[in-house]
Order: sequence, then structure tokens, then C-alpha cells
Amino acid sequence: MSVIAFAKNWNGKFKNSTFELVSYTRNLASQLNTQLIVVSIGEVKEEELKSLGKYGAERIISVNDPQMNTLTSRVYAQVISKLAEIEGADTIVMSDNESGKAIAPRISVKMKAGMASAVLELPVSMNPFVVKKGVFSGKAFEHVQIDSPVKVITIAKNCFGFIENQVDVSIEEFSPNLDAALFKIQVLEEEKQTNKVNLADADIVVSAGRGMRSPDNWGVVEELADALGAATACSRPVSDEGWRGHEEHVGQTGKVIAPNLYFAAGISGAIQHVAGISRSKCIVAINTDPEAPIFGVADYGIVGDVMEVLPKLTEAVRNSK
Amino acid sequence: MKILVCISNVPDTTTKVKFKEDSTLFDDSGVQWIINPWDELALTRALELKEDAGNSVDEVSVIHVGGAQTDATLRKALAIGADKAFRIDACAADAYYVAGQIAAYLKENPFDIVFSGIESSDYNGSSVGAMIAEFMDYSGVSSVTSVNLDGDDVILYRAIPGGKQKIKAELPLVAVVQKGIAKEPRIPAMRGIMMARKKPLEVIAATEMEMLTRSVKFELPKAKGACKMIDAGHVEQLVELLKNEAKVL
Ligand SMILES: Cc1cc2nc3c(=O)[nH]c(=O)nc-3n(C[C@H](O)[C@H](O)[C@H](O)COP(=O)(O)OP(=O)(O)OC[C@H]3O[C@@H](n4cnc5c(N)ncnc54)[C@H](O)[C@@H]3O)c2cc1C
Repeated sequence: MSVIAFAKNWNGKFKNSTFELVSYTRNLASQLNTQLIVVSIGEVKEEELKSLGKYGAERIISVNDPQMNTLTSRVYAQVISKLAEIEGADTIVMSDNESGKAIAPRISVKMKAGMASAVLELPVSMNPFVVKKGVFSGKAFEHVQIDSPVKVITIAKNCFGFIENQVDVSIEEFSPNLDAALFKIQVLEEEKQTNKVNLADADIVVSAGRGMRSPDNWGVVEELADALGAATACSRPVSDEGWRGHEEHVGQTGKVIAPNLYFAAGISGAIQHVAGISRSKCIVAINTDPEAPIFGVADYGIVGDVMEVLPKLTEAVRNSK
Repeated sequence: MKILVCISNVPDTTTKVKFKEDSTLFDDSGVQWIINPWDELALTRALELKEDAGNSVDEVSVIHVGGAQTDATLRKALAIGADKAFRIDACAADAYYVAGQIAAYLKENPFDIVFSGIESSDYNGSSVGAMIAEFMDYSGVSSVTSVNLDGDDVILYRAIPGGKQKIKAELPLVAVVQKGIAKEPRIPAMRGIMMARKKPLEVIAATEMEMLTRSVKFELPKAKGACKMIDAGHVEQLVELLKNEAKVL
């Protein structure tokens, strides 16, 4: 028995979500009285792998193969399942992000392992194995029992935090001999906005809605985001109108995010919008309408015009530094 | 070329969620059912691909695992433009089970492209599409925001943190799609609704299949405390509170 944590890297680097994953699985393995094995796929330098030791990764298995730098879910699932078999792992955990969503279901089928996604805390019970997850887009929670001997879960962002627990790291290399026929998808090109804070990872998000009245008014949103080191986001009509790109749309049909701090400027707080932001630690609403439903879910509120309040707020943030 | 779109039948997004029987069951009284929003976009895109004369798509069908009460949702998919609807007659209680049912059908009735939505807006499992790919041993691309055909190849865009990747994939393929895939979902027109009555809605017996998970109980979120209001003339107080009270700055 052991716990496997799949530590995804992005261009050879880990993120806060990886540290949270290691912290979570370190704790889970201790509770299950078993070993934690952290698996890394694609080229990652030894020093970067060792950084996971700070959160309790004692044993790392690295598949340091450039051929696997790009995510091919079929290949990744094969490697992780193979390692799980060799190591007799019965609990496989990864972050609930693009890669976790693509890989975990495949492992579930390969290993006939029951799966639960976007788990919100440590298991509610270990035997039977029961986890808590969000359902109905944040409107409720469900306790899901996984009955199969092997279990696969993905964990939601900010479900546990990261806990320092420095250990000595041992790194083993693993070469899985894969069938070349598995690599049936080919990345032709990649576009990245490197100057912007990535919305899914951001600790602070400044989001704006139709209350901005025109795409030309977004300067005040961007300035506040800049002052806070925040990512920008928007409500659905704003992206539907083409005022902002689709990648900024948050809510039930867009991105579901869980930052520490979320600003909703000129957003009414429709149920479908709130579904995507309700796991934020702190919500600030700015709206001219004191009756706007967003104040019902916000922690702090300002009744006022976005065009006046946002620049003042930017100034106050800059002054406080 | 044939495209199959997986359809999930979900409560309308404005539904006030309630539970019954000691919080162990979703209370569906008075609930309006809709096609899962992502599946609706996937169907829209599949139909656009079929209508584009440059492609050789000759069938767009939909598949769903559920009981007879979900037929209205499938009729809506037919009214939007799907050629055929298949309903596997079973209760969709576990993602592994649902994906296994659809894969069993696909093994007998192959399709070239299978579309599935990134998640179902009820149980938010995010897993059926990728599970089908694995059951079928197909390639799969997730987080897909755009799909185009180029002969027998498929050109897709996949969202990655802070950007996107352009991908070429071979058939057969499962594409798990999200926002961006189509601009707006199609709404059935009167003619479509009339035609849907004559289109085939085939009911298929379920295959023997295990469930690996079960629902134990539900909880509703705790009520949030009151919102603290700050005067628009004193925004520096907000910054102060975010720093020292909420400790998020
Ligand atoms: C199936 C479905 C899925 C959906 N999914 C999503 C989703 O994922 N995300 C999403 O966001 N929406 C979603 N919606 C749409 C949702 O129902 C709302 O229509 C949308 O969130 C409203 O966006 P908004 O708050 O920007 O605009 P509005 O509702 O128009 O609100 C604008 C707000 O701005 C305020 N305002 C106006 N002027 C000013 C000013 N000068 N200063 C300050 N405040 C001002 C107004 O008081 C108002 O509260 C979905 C809808 C459906 C049916």
C-alpha cells in the first residue's frame, strides 16, 4: 500500500498547487500509515524536484523524458498506472486542473479505480473511504464513498494549503518503455501571455461585469489588478460581447476559481456567476445598486460607481505599500 | 465521418438545490431540466462542422444514459439538429458506469469523433469523456476550446494555463470541450421541433457494469455572514480591513 501524488510541472517548474498537493498527500499518507511516492513526468531538474522535500516528499520517482514534456493524457495515465502497479499504490492523487481532469479518469478506467474529482478537504473517513466534493456548481456538497480497492482523487485549489515539513528527498529515475503509437496527438504551436497573472493560479482576482458599460473603460480594472498583482476576470455577458477574451469568463459555464481575494466590480451576482467564485476566501463587491445580489455573497461591499471607486482603490492600495 | 455528442440531463442553472430523505437524495420536485450547457455547445459545434460543405460529416447523433423521464431533453437535442438520439436505459449514478455504458455502445457502433462536455453541471465529475477515451483506447484531448476538421485530421485548440496549444490529432478521437467551442448554443426552431418528432430516439438496454462509487449524503453550504459595507468616500478603510481583518492582502 502507498499513496501516489502526481506532481505536474509546467516547463520544468512546479507551482503552489503542486506544493499543496504534496502537503495534502503527505498528511493523507501519514493518516493511512503508508508511504508517499511523488511522481513527476517530463524533464525537471534535480533542484526543482528537491524543492518538494520542503513539503514532505521523501521519495520522488522522476520520468525525466523530454518526449513527455507535453501532456498526452493517454501516455501520462499509462505511466502513473504502471508505477501504481509496481509500487502497489492504492490511492492516487493529483490536482484538479487541466492535466488532472484529463489523466485521472483514464487511470480510473485502467485500474478499475473509483474516482472523485475536486475534493475539498482530507477524506471524511478512511474506511470506508469517503471524500467531500462540491456539486451543483458550488450550491451544495456531496460525500462520495469510493468502494474499489484502488482510489483516484483530484483535489481542488485551496482545499488544504501548504504545510512545511522539510524532509530528505530520494530521487529515482524511471523509464517506462512506451509504445510510440500512443503519441497520437501533436502540438503544432503554443501561444502564451507571459506578462499576465494566470487566472486559475491567481491569489487575487479583479473581475468586472456589464456595469463597466463599455470595453473602453477597462483601464481602471487593469490598473487595480496591476497594483494588487492580481489577475483580471469578467462575467459571461462581457466575454460573450467580446469586450474581454473567453479565458477571463468566470462562473458556472466559465472558469471556477478559488482565489484568496475576489473583487466583483459592476457584477450583479447572478447565481451562475457566483457558482464560479463562491470558494473565494474573501469577496469584495462594488456596485451602484445596494440591492444587487452580489452583496449577499460578499464579505465587504461598497455602494458606488466603478469608474470612481476603482481608481480610488488603486490609489489606496498603492499608498498602503 | 460520424460525430457522437454525449448529453447530460441537468437541472436548470437557476435551480434552488434541495435534498430529501435525510439529505441523501436530490429533490427534483419542480426542477426544470436542460441539456448540460457544455454539451449543448458541443452539439452546436458538431452541427456547424456537418453543415460546412468542406467537411464530410454525414451524421451527428447524441447519446445519453438515463431513464425515460429524460426523453424530453433528447427530443430537444433532436430539435436543435441531431440526426439520431440514443438513450441507454439506466440510472446514471457513477461516472465509471456511465462511460462504460457509452463505450459498450461505441464498440458495436463506431463513431469517428466523440464530444463530451468538460463537466456536468449537476455532479461536476469532469470525467466521463476521458473515461470513454480510455475504455475505447482512443486518443483524447481535454480542455478543448476550438475544433476544426482537415481531411482525416482534427485541428484543435486546448487551453493551458495562461494560453493555448494548437493540436493535430488523428481519428478516432474523444474531445472534451469547454467554453469557446461554439459561440452560442443553438435554440430549436419550430421546424426543428416538428422534425424532431419523426427522428429516431432509440432506447438501448444497459450492459452489465459495476459502479465504483456511491453517494453517501449531501450538505448545503453554511449561510454567509453579513456583508460589511464601506463608504465609497473612504476606500482606504477597505484596504485596511483586507489587510488586518481578512488578512488577504
Ligand atoms: C445557462 C447559463 C449559464 C450562465 N453562466 C454564467 C457564467 O458562467 N458566468 C456569468 O458571469 N454569468 C453566467 N450566466 C449569466 C448570468 O445569468 C448573468 O446574466 C450574468 O452573470 C450577468 O452579468 P453582469 O453581472 O456582468 O451583468 P448585469 O446582470 O447586467 O449586472 C450589471 C451590474 O452592474 C451594476 N452597475 C451598473 N452600472 C454600474 C456602475 N457604473 N458602477 C457599479 N456598478 C454598476 C448594476 O447594478 C448590476 O448589478 C449564465 C446564464 C445562463 C442562463
